[in-house]
Amino acid sequence: MFNNHILSIVLFLPLAGAILLLFVPKEQKNLIRWLANLIALAGFVVSLPLAFWFDSSKDGFQFVEKAIWIPSIGANYALGIDGISLLLIMLTTLLGSIAILSSWTAIEDRVKEYYVFMLTLQSGMLGVFMALDFFLFYVFWEVMLVPMYFLIGIWGGPRKLYAAIKFFIYTLVGSVLMLLGILMLYFWNHTQTGIYTFDIPALQQLTMPTNIQIWVFLAFFVGFAIKVPMFPFHTWLPDAHVEAPTAGSVILAGVLLKMGTYGFLRFSLPMLPNASSDSRIVRAMIFLSIVAIIYGALVSLMQKDMKRLVAYSSVSHLGFCTLGLFALNPNGVAGSIIQQVNHGISTGALFLIVGLIYERRHTREISEFGGISTVMPVFATFFMIMMMSSLGLPTLNGFIGEFVILQGAFEESKVWAAFAVAGIILGAAYLLWLYQRTMFGTLNNPKNEKLKDLNFREVMTLVPLVIWAFWIGLYPKPFFKVLERPVANIIQRVRPDYYAAHPEAFGGPGASRTATPIPASPIAATAPAAIQTGTPATEGGR
Amino acid sequence: MNFLDSIWMIPLFPAAGAILMLLFGKKLPKAAVSVICPGTVLVSFLMSLGAVLQLARLSEHSYEKILYTWLPGGPFHLTNGQMGHLQADWGFLLDPLSSVMILVVTGVGFLIHVYSVGYMGHEAGYHRFFGYLNLFIFFMLTLVLANNYLLLFVGWEGVGLCSYLLIGFYFLRDSATKAGIKAFIVNRIGDAGFVLGVLLMLATFGSLRFTSVFGEVNRQVETGLLTSGDATVALMTLLLFIGATGKSAQIPLYVWLPDAMEGPTPVSALIHAATMVTAGVYMVARSNVLFSLSPQTMAMVAGVGALTAIFAATIGLAQYDIKRVLAYSTVSQLGYMFLACGVGAYGAGIFHLMTHAFFKALLFLGSGSVIHALSGEQDMRKMGALRHKIPVTFWTFFIASLAIIGAPPFAGFFSKDEILWKAFSAETHAGLLLWVVGFVTAGLTALYIWRLVFLTFFGQSRVDHEVEHHIHESPKTMTIPLMTLAVLSIVGGWVGWPRILGGSNRLETWLEPVFEHSSKLLAHEAEHGAAAQEYLFMFLSVAVGAFGVFIAWYFFIRRPEAADRIVQTVPGVQRLLYNKYYVDEVYNAVFVDGFAKGGGTALGRFDARIVDGGVNGSAWLTLLTSRLSIWWDTWVIDGAVRLSSFTVKVLSYPVRLLQTGLVQVYALFIVFGVLIFFSYYLIR
Repeated sequence: MFNNHILSIVLFLPLAGAILLLFVPKEQKNLIRWLANLIALAGFVVSLPLAFWFDSSKDGFQFVEKAIWIPSIGANYALGIDGISLLLIMLTTLLGSIAILSSWTAIEDRVKEYYVFMLTLQSGMLGVFMALDFFLFYVFWEVMLVPMYFLIGIWGGPRKLYAAIKFFIYTLVGSVLMLLGILMLYFWNHTQTGIYTFDIPALQQLTMPTNIQIWVFLAFFVGFAIKVPMFPFHTWLPDAHVEAPTAGSVILAGVLLKMGTYGFLRFSLPMLPNASSDSRIVRAMIFLSIVAIIYGALVSLMQKDMKRLVAYSSVSHLGFCTLGLFALNPNGVAGSIIQQVNHGISTGALFLIVGLIYERRHTREISEFGGISTVMPVFATFFMIMMMSSLGLPTLNGFIGEFVILQGAFEESKVWAAFAVAGIILGAAYLLWLYQRTMFGTLNNPKNEKLKDLNFREVMTLVPLVIWAFWIGLYPKPFFKVLERPVANIIQRVRPDYYAAHPEAFGGPGASRTATPIPASPIAATAPAAIQTGTPATEGGR
Repeated sequence: MNFLDSIWMIPLFPAAGAILMLLFGKKLPKAAVSVICPGTVLVSFLMSLGAVLQLARLSEHSYEKILYTWLPGGPFHLTNGQMGHLQADWGFLLDPLSSVMILVVTGVGFLIHVYSVGYMGHEAGYHRFFGYLNLFIFFMLTLVLANNYLLLFVGWEGVGLCSYLLIGFYFLRDSATKAGIKAFIVNRIGDAGFVLGVLLMLATFGSLRFTSVFGEVNRQVETGLLTSGDATVALMTLLLFIGATGKSAQIPLYVWLPDAMEGPTPVSALIHAATMVTAGVYMVARSNVLFSLSPQTMAMVAGVGALTAIFAATIGLAQYDIKRVLAYSTVSQLGYMFLACGVGAYGAGIFHLMTHAFFKALLFLGSGSVIHALSGEQDMRKMGALRHKIPVTFWTFFIASLAIIGAPPFAGFFSKDEILWKAFSAETHAGLLLWVVGFVTAGLTALYIWRLVFLTFFGQSRVDHEVEHHIHESPKTMTIPLMTLAVLSIVGGWVGWPRILGGSNRLETWLEPVFEHSSKLLAHEAEHGAAAQEYLFMFLSVAVGAFGVFIAWYFFIRRPEAADRIVQTVPGVQRLLYNKYYVDEVYNAVFVDGFAKGGGTALGRFDARIVDGGVNGSAWLTLLTSRLSIWWDTWVIDGAVRLSSFTVKVLSYPVRLLQTGLVQVYALFIVFGVLIFFSYYLIR
């Protein structure tokens, strides 16, 4: 039962925990805290077998579960993961438990509601990465918004309502357009195959005329670009981050933003290969990515609020991720996914760090600080390590992602790579300058003299991230290994000519059948015969 | 023990020391720190020595040890249409070039560690200092032992990090942390070039491993696929050289090094003179096969090197801070090394790198000893007549000053002479011009170094009164490294004793295999220059050094007032030199305040007003539409509804007057009705 339904268990454990918390009297704050932390930790522990049992040499989705949900429209409860979702799920379960651990003293009001929302959010995010059914995906995508809205709106800073509403409406605009795109795919699939299905692996095989693909791509683009966020759709991000409580920011930056890039990877690229490789679209995407890299870095440089600075740095980092994605080659895409994980680690940690100092001083104005490393040496050390990770120092994670992305970009255009490299210089500038102004120098603000260094719990929120950062920096092989097959399949789908002259480079079990590189998904193979009785797949749409 | 197979452990000892210090150093007693940290470097030194001796016995003088596949990226298309695979190993290569480097790094590194035990003895953060220093040795060894460009880059960035941390070691001082940031960011600009160069190399040759890249280049050269002057290789080497100008402080990226003197003096000696800043020279020498294929870049390297050498030397003439003089001297000497590489004399460049490591480390440590004796004073205007008070420091400093000006038979003589001779005899570029610049710089070098010596150790004492009482010679931990380096500054050059003076130039022979392909490519036979000519040039370079010393003596000892008179006649020149040609000011205005801060502020406003303004504007528009709709709804749509009801109301008013619901009234109407009815019939 455990191995057959492991995804469902990982997915619903936080939600079950949230329901359990509802039955605890709200006065028992510490009991609630202990329970929430245990549940989150358990959520992480049960997700570990995924990493161990995952077979990186296999194509397609693994740990697949499927049940019929709404037969009249062809929506199923279908879960499954590949290497891409595996990494993002591990990131989510780890960051989720860290975020919950970091809230112990930060949240004093409405403790019970807070943890219920956090755990619900956790399930929502995991669902997005696990869903193999577009309808189910959309449900999780929207479900996730609600707890986040409340987390910002209730436990946020002074302009929390503005930020929460902005976040909600902005994202909603995107998701509605995305829904339109989904429906276009859904009905197009029906006209082609006669089957009404939201099955993602099946839709990934769909062939549509390029002009229709472009329309769907644009609809998806709005949804995903807002989530990433790509320039110029990013302005909800600094507001949401500044107002959100620390844990909210960690999750927002660490996981929620990845849903945009995940959307491009899972849907836009494989389902709309012609649109994704259309030179106008690629050029536009690359342009927006490079603008984001440099623009985000420059705007970061002059921020006066630490959290706002880190938020804008996210724009810059995610620019790297989208640059890698739309380089549309194996290293660009693999680097992009590694960099998404890296961003979760580094920026998640930086938000924790800003949160730790905010909890002590209740301000994030950079000018309020200076010389903090004298009173908080342990804190200063963690800050230094995560800063170096974020600015891409070799032996830490950021470098691996950035270099591989740059290689991918360089392969397509030397000019892209040259512009992106400029972002790396600026990345060093804004972080080092932030560190210098806050941590170095003499401590001349009397309010900072009594600051306490990190306690054991606070250290424990950062240690796992530091370990992970060094792991990716020194031995990234396991991460590249799980990405190899999914990335190769995406590239084969988007650019069939990429491996044409060198089929051996495609590698893996699919190497022998490069003619039909994407193997039939395990779901389609095991799907009930009733659904399969429709007209056979034809090119009828043309 | 098989030291060759254990070369991967050489960087590991300092790494272990660093981890120990940075995690638990606070709890360790000071004595333990003082033993462990130099100890790890000593172990590395001994292992390096063992490995190099074993290497010498191998026939091909090259040993590669790969630990594991570090970066296993995916496939990609090379520019020639082939399929490559992005891969970088955590692997080490010991060959004659890297063996010279590891011996210098661990040897000089060990001496400076020992020196630091004395020098930093009273400082807070003792363990932190040694942790960083050990970490530096780890990264530096990784840099020089790496078997591929990406791992080299790990060391490259890592030493940059340590440099940043150590420059800012006195983090309470604003100038120190600012200098640290400056160093990091200026280096990053160079690194950007380096990364692009590496990417271009990967796209062109499909590998980053030294042996594969150079093997592929040699193969392509032999088959005629690649010829001298190839545009791609020119661009590649140019990008790599940009990286070198950052790390090795050459024009236009030299500006960080003088400011780096904010760090403790042992750091200046180890990182900013002897080892890290020579990484660029090492990298160029390592890539000699590529550079030699590109005469354009070679000319650039030689030109930048020569220009930097003379430019920095002139600035050094006018500085008063003892460490700043030495910093500009380092920039200038690095210029010499690049000049050597640029004319294809890589061996001479590495030779000068080595001797420079000895005498410049000694000069810095000596200046540290002076500063230590004078309780922290660095201004030469407040020194003088120190030679009897701190004799060991004086004599060792004296030896180093002879070595740097190239007095025979001190170390600098052999290496500098070789560079100047090779520059002259290089037929590829304007050899004579390069030689003249190098020659003039040699004179300037003698002048600024001996100005320093005379101002510090000779003449009248200008030391502050209360400082004067505390002047003392430094402890043994500091003087023993000074003496060891003094010995090396004398004999260190003898490994390169030229054949023309009856030597065998063992170093050149040892490095031969690394540079053999380049020599073939460049094919200029420097050796066949007339012996008489070579003697003449040797004499000239010694003579110009002596002349420089004489001028320094004349102006700073014999007739100090003459120096002032000259300064007064051309005040502009002195101010220009003292202010370092105002390069920092220009950079600051253009790049820091202009591009970064100005651009950041402007874009920040753009973001808030235009981009976010658009978002808020659409929200505002929605609100406005909503208000208009409410108005429309209330007054037009609902108005129509209400109007219709109003009309009915108005029209029904008369009727309503009748419909009172009172039976009596209705009865009255009936009566009236009946009366009217009857009246009608009656009247008719």
